[in-house]
Amino acid sequence: MSLHVDLEHQRHILIVRLQGELDHHTADEVRARMEDAILRGNSTHVILSLKELAFMDSSGLGVILGRYKLLKSRGGKMVICDVSPGVYRLFELSGLFKIMPIHDNERDALSSLEVAL
Amino acid sequence: MNASRSNAMQLSFSARSENEAFARVSVAAFVSQLDPTMEELNDLKTVISEAVTNSIIHAYDCDESKMVRIEASIEGDSVTIIISDEGSGIEDLELARQPLYTSKPELERSGMGFTIMENFMDSFEVTSEPGRGTQIAMTKRIESKKALYN
Repeated sequence: MSLHVDLEHQRHILIVRLQGELDHHTADEVRARMEDAILRGNSTHVILSLKELAFMDSSGLGVILGRYKLLKSRGGKMVICDVSPGVYRLFELSGLFKIMPIHDNERDALSSLEVAL
Repeated sequence: MNASRSNAMQLSFSARSENEAFARVSVAAFVSQLDPTMEELNDLKTVISEAVTNSIIHAYDCDESKMVRIEASIEGDSVTIIISDEGSGIEDLELARQPLYTSKPELERSGMGFTIMENFMDSFEVTSEPGRGTQIAMTKRIESKKALYN
């Protein structure tokens, strides 16, 4: 099992697409890749696209929450899109919905951030 | 398939993080004989992942020479899963079960493991002895896809 991280910079917005399985084993790579891309690209906001994410457990919640805190400390936002029913339940249980907006797809997520500018 | 079925399996593996995926896929394959829905299968994979990750990170402090053990059994339409380790054990079980509590915040743990296990399974029980190890026993009734067609 593995995880693929696809990163795309759109000016001040970083789009992160996760493909595969996000657990304790793959969390370190996601953490490092996202952290590096945010700092190097000087990104203000992040869109986390989970369309191709086949599995996630609470280790994934930890990574997402950690990057959310980093962005927040820099005055930015994190929004999430294309969430599967399984991942949705984890977000619901942990209360992540209360601090991070969820959108149906990347386009909606992108326009929500552009409106907020 | 006969109505009153009973089946069992055991698995023992090194406390390495790559075995988290191995553990959840193995149990999912075993349970697939009950014809679970995608959601039920995802619930089971998630709780296995949580329990095995706890053993690796907390019980064994990532010592890869240690072993994690899983026993799974099927009785009728229910599956029972027991995950055990011989690690450090949990000093304060009540505290450990609090949502969002983690003993390792520096590792970006969410503190949601036990809460997820309790919510995704029909029954959940944890027994632990400091210095001896922890055992988690969980049961879930598989409604099965067949029920949808009846």
